[in-house]
Amino acid sequence: MAEPHGSTAADLTKGAAGAGTGTATALLEVQGLSASYGPVRALDGVSLRAEAGRITAVLGANGAGKTTLLRTVSGLVRPTAGRVVLDGEDITRAPVEAMVHKGMAHVPEGRGVIAELTVDENLRVGSLFRGKVGRDEFDRVYDLFPRIAERRDNPAHTLSGGERQMLVVGRALLARPRILLLDEPSLGLAPRIVAQIFGLVRQLVDTEGLSVLLVEQNARSALSVADTGVVLNLGRVVVTDDARTLAADEDLRHAYLGF
Amino acid sequence: MEEFLSLTLGGVVSGSVYAAFALALVLIWRSTRIVNFAQGSMAAATTFIAVAVIDSGQSYWVGLVVALLAGLVLGAVIERVVIRPVEGGPELNAVIVTLGLFIAIQGAVALIFGVDQRAFVPPFSNIGYEVREGFTLLSLSPNTIWTVGAVLVTMVLLIALFRFTRLGLAMRASAFGQEVARLLGVRVGRMLTLGWALAALVGALAGMLIAGDVSFISPNFMDQLIVFGFVAAVLGGLDSPIGAVVGGLLLGLALSYVRGYLDDSLLGMAALVILVVVLLVRPGGLFSTTPARRA
Repeated sequence: MAEPHGSTAADLTKGAAGAGTGTATALLEVQGLSASYGPVRALDGVSLRAEAGRITAVLGANGAGKTTLLRTVSGLVRPTAGRVVLDGEDITRAPVEAMVHKGMAHVPEGRGVIAELTVDENLRVGSLFRGKVGRDEFDRVYDLFPRIAERRDNPAHTLSGGERQMLVVGRALLARPRILLLDEPSLGLAPRIVAQIFGLVRQLVDTEGLSVLLVEQNARSALSVADTGVVLNLGRVVVTDDARTLAADEDLRHAYLGF
Repeated sequence: MEEFLSLTLGGVVSGSVYAAFALALVLIWRSTRIVNFAQGSMAAATTFIAVAVIDSGQSYWVGLVVALLAGLVLGAVIERVVIRPVEGGPELNAVIVTLGLFIAIQGAVALIFGVDQRAFVPPFSNIGYEVREGFTLLSLSPNTIWTVGAVLVTMVLLIALFRFTRLGLAMRASAFGQEVARLLGVRVGRMLTLGWALAALVGALAGMLIAGDVSFISPNFMDQLIVFGFVAAVLGGLDSPIGAVVGGLLLGLALSYVRGYLDDSLLGMAALVILVVVLLVRPGGLFSTTPARRA
C-alpha cells in the first residue's frame, strides 16, 4: 500500500526507493517544477524521475497538470521554478528546437500529425534535423506499422485516429530519441488499438532500450504497460510507486485514477 | 476570332503576373496567416531600386538581379523586425501592421525617388509579332514571352523547392504544424523568415514584369496589382501555391475579356465582383479539397 505523500525532493527519493527502482539511473529528472498559465498554477513543485529503459506513467484526472508537465519538460511552457535534467544536463532553459537534438522526442496531445503533408512527408519531418537518413530506417517504421505503410503517399488528414497515432509515434522514432514523451496516446481510440500501440511501445522499450514518459488519463491501460506510476492531482505529485502496486491499490484507484 | 485569340493571349500574360503576385501572398499567408498588404509597395520599392541601378548605366539584367536580392533582404528584414512581434497575436494586429507598412514604404519610396512617373524600358521589345499579313498579335511580343517564361520558371523552381528538398519540407512543416515542427527540431523562426524573403523575391519579380509591361513606374504603380493578386489568391484558395497560379491565370483571362468586350474602366470592379462571388459560393477557393484546418 503506497502512502500518498507530498512532493518535495526528499519525498521523491523516498518514493523512488519505495518503488524499488533506486538502482536504475534516472535518464530524465524533474525537480520541483512549477508552471502557471497566468494566475492559474498548473504545476506546483512536481518532482519525478524517468529511468532509462523503463516506462514511467504520469496519471491523473483532467486538469491534474499532466499535459502541462510534458509541455514544460520539452520547453513549450516555461517553468516558474524548478529544473529539468536530461542525462545529467540541465535543459530547463534549452529552446524547444534543441530538445530533439538532446535525445528527447515529444509527441503532443491530439496526435500532432501535419494534416497537409503526406504520411511519408510527416515521417521525414521527424528525421529532418538528422540530415540525410537511410531509407531502411523508414522501412523499419513501416514494418512496425503496416497500416500506415499502405498509405504512405496519402495526405495525413485521410488517416483514422489510430493510424494518426501510429504515424506520430513512428515519426518520433525517426528522431532516434533516448526518451519519448507521449501525451495521451489512447485519447479517442478503440481499446484494441490502444492495446496495440501500448504493446508496441513496451516492445520498443524492452528490445531497443527506449525510455518513455507516458502521460495518460486512461490509468488502467497505462499501468498495464508501465514500470512506474506517478499520480498527479491539481498540479502536485500525490504518489510515486511501482505500477503494479498502484494498480492494486483500490483506495488510490478510486480516489485519483477512476477505475 | 482574332480578337478572342488576342484577348486570350493577353489574359495569359497579365494572368501570369497576377499569379506571381498571388503566389507571393500565398507564401506568406500559409506560413504566417497574414495577408501582406505591403506586398505591392515592397515590389514598387525593389523596382525603383532596380531602375536606379539601370539608370546608373548597368544593364536590365543587373537591375533585375538587384531587385530580386533587394526583395529577399527586404522580406527577411520586415519579417524579423516588424512582423515577428505580432505573429501569433490577434489577427487584426498583423493586418494593421501590414497596412501601415504599405503606407510607410510607399511614402519612403516617394521621398527617396520622387513622386514623378519614370520611364521603364523592358528588356525585350513590346511590339507584337505579325502572325499573318495585316494581323499583329499585340499580346504576343518578345517581352510578353519573357514575362510568361520568367513566371513559369520561378513557379517550377519554387514547386521543386517545396516538393523535393529538405528545406522545402521544413518550410511546409513550419507553415502547417508550427509546434510539431519545433518539437522535431525544425528552426521554425528561420523558416518563417525565409518564407517572407522568398515571397518578397517573387513580388519583386512581379514588379519588374509589370513595369516592363506598362513601361513606366511611380511609387503607387503596384496598387492595382495588390487587388488583382489578392483576388487571384482567394480564387486559388489562399493556401495553395498551385491554386494561386491557376487563380492568377483565370483572373487574367476574365479581366482581359472584360477589357476587350466591355470596358477598360470596369477592370477593378470586375475583379471585386469575382472576389465577392467566390467568397459567397466557394469560400475555400475554387480547388479547396483539404478539410478545414484543425486548430
